[in-house]
Amino acid sequence: MWDYSETVKEHFYNPRNAGPMADANAIGEVGSISCGDALRLMLKVEPDSEKILDASFQTFGCGSAIASSSALTEMIKGKTLDEALKVSNQDIADFLGGLPPEKMHCSVMGREALQSAIANYRGEEWADDHEEGALICKCFAVDSVMIEETIRANNLCSVEQVTNYTKAGGGCSSCHEGIEEILAKVMAERGETFQPAPPPEKTRPGKLSTLERIRRIEQVIEKARPNLQRDHGDIELVDVEGKTIYVAMKGACSGCQMEALTLGGVQQQMIEALGELVKVVPVKLKTPPPLVNPS
Amino acid sequence: MSIPNSLPPIYLDNNATTRCAPEAVAAMLPYFTEQFGNPSSMHSFGSKVGHEVKAARAALQKLLGAEYDSEIVYTAGGTEADNTAILSALKASPDRKEIITTSVEHHAVLHLCDQLEKDGYTIHRLKVDGKGRLDLDEYRKLLTDKVAIVSVMWANNETGTLFPVEEMARLAHDANILFHTDAVQAVGKVELNMADSAIDMLSLSGHKLHGPKGIGALYLRRGSRFRPLLRGGGQERGRRAGTENVPGIIGLGVAARLAREHMAYENTQVRALRDKLQAGILAAVPNAFATGDLDNRLPNTLNIAFEYVEGEAILMLLNKQGIAASSGSACTSGSLEPSHVMRAMGIPYTAAHGTIRFSLSRENTEAEIDRVIAAVPLIIAQLRKLSPYWGENGPVTDPDKAFAPTYA
Repeated sequence: MWDYSETVKEHFYNPRNAGPMADANAIGEVGSISCGDALRLMLKVEPDSEKILDASFQTFGCGSAIASSSALTEMIKGKTLDEALKVSNQDIADFLGGLPPEKMHCSVMGREALQSAIANYRGEEWADDHEEGALICKCFAVDSVMIEETIRANNLCSVEQVTNYTKAGGGCSSCHEGIEEILAKVMAERGETFQPAPPPEKTRPGKLSTLERIRRIEQVIEKARPNLQRDHGDIELVDVEGKTIYVAMKGACSGCQMEALTLGGVQQQMIEALGELVKVVPVKLKTPPPLVNPS
Repeated sequence: MSIPNSLPPIYLDNNATTRCAPEAVAAMLPYFTEQFGNPSSMHSFGSKVGHEVKAARAALQKLLGAEYDSEIVYTAGGTEADNTAILSALKASPDRKEIITTSVEHHAVLHLCDQLEKDGYTIHRLKVDGKGRLDLDEYRKLLTDKVAIVSVMWANNETGTLFPVEEMARLAHDANILFHTDAVQAVGKVELNMADSAIDMLSLSGHKLHGPKGIGALYLRRGSRFRPLLRGGGQERGRRAGTENVPGIIGLGVAARLAREHMAYENTQVRALRDKLQAGILAAVPNAFATGDLDNRLPNTLNIAFEYVEGEAILMLLNKQGIAASSGSACTSGSLEPSHVMRAMGIPYTAAHGTIRFSLSRENTEAEIDRVIAAVPLIIAQLRKLSPYWGENGPVTDPDKAFAPTYA
């Protein structure tokens, strides 16, 4: 069963503001029984201030649909319509302590019911512009319609591109088969054939040769230097011992109040360049003893 | 999800999985430790194990009423057995590019067929009527020499509806076509006599009959043309390579013996409890009905459609009271469709999203059934109170008009 948060369960077992509202002056309805979930949101709006005095809902749907409806009514009560419109579906999900990716559509439905109710109050037309497909990427909750439209709009032709545009496939990668199928379909429409890209070079940062590792460390240092030199400072690589990189801060950088910040930035770049956790530690350079003329 | 209740839990989801019988667990335990030998080995560690595997195979043979114990090929479960059977038939008859199955199969067969369709095979999915029954005339017309295999489940997992597989196998046999049945739900609940059957292949799963998970078997009639799915060491007479899951095989052997001993109980006492549950719920809940072929179904299975409420919400409220059941509806993004079985039977949308399956086992008691009968009506009433499709005393007169969303 779904791994619902305690808040979701609480709102499902004890829904707030459930039931019809006789004197509602704003009603929003979304969904349908054939889709498996339907929500009617009813508001009592104070005409002068446009403040939501009361909100209630009736929902046909799963546990998280009912919990999202309940949460929504709690969140918007006391708000003005304009304030309420700022409530996003992510806000509803956050209020509930998160929703499983498969269930995010429940929060979307809540948000849409709200838009629909406010449009109803203001005598506006509200059209849903949201079509949902089968969930493909569970890591980032991306559905097939989103992927398909993105491929079509941008002429994409590889899984990697789809990941860059939509995030789909960027996590556990088990949906790559599904993404490839959509790619093959859309590419066929434009008369192309999907060609799988060669498997990406496995970057095994842990397996860097010592030479390559030192080279990359030096590159990071070199990249940092111009900025520091502009401020009349400098940085120099002193030594590398396992996961500790010793550097010397020179000139204006030495003893600068921003030294920790500078080092933090360098350390972050080191971690990215090496693909491993390393520590950048400042050391004082021993000044070489002055040359004494023996004669 | 944890069961947030002090009442003892009631497990009515035995078509999903069963509790492994304690006798089976006890019999398995030595095979993890002192009896760890590989049955293929030449030394005494292995040979004793090999002997016990043979005894377990005989127990399963008896449950199936098979003529030879060598007709049993152990697999990792029902899904592997289903895949093995269908892919074997395609491999054995490369000129035959068609498969006959039904629209209500388990995903182990259905999703494999979907994939094979993409690979160029033609899949005939037999339709069912409102009670989930097949049209044998439609079936007969499809039996041509282009068909590699017929795969039809013995009993449907959601409704318990039984299919006339023996008769269908004879028809396939007359047309010189292999016949496979996914009998995962039937084995242990239905008397089987494979020695007198025209069925060529039959899949079963250990954990559906109080055996362990991770073990299943494919019954393979002697002489049936077969091509292995897994090749490697010569285990299972070269038909399924891989070192035997010895504890699983031993556990399944015990489970098979117990299932035979309880066959009569299953078909009398368990059936009576199921019937009581059905009558009790339907008497107390308006706008609800049982689905499937009610006169011809598994003795343990009850599927009820509750109108104007959604299945997952029902399950969550049941779970809160310690009652475990299941729902065909999978309410997730983009797949707000009710189960493929309910759709195939043409159950209206007003009810299809609210179908709940109660599947009993020999371990359930009458007191448990009474508790469920008491709990369900209140849960349904509670959810209907929330539903925009339900008025004061019943469904709103015209749901389509009463609820008019901006989009549907």
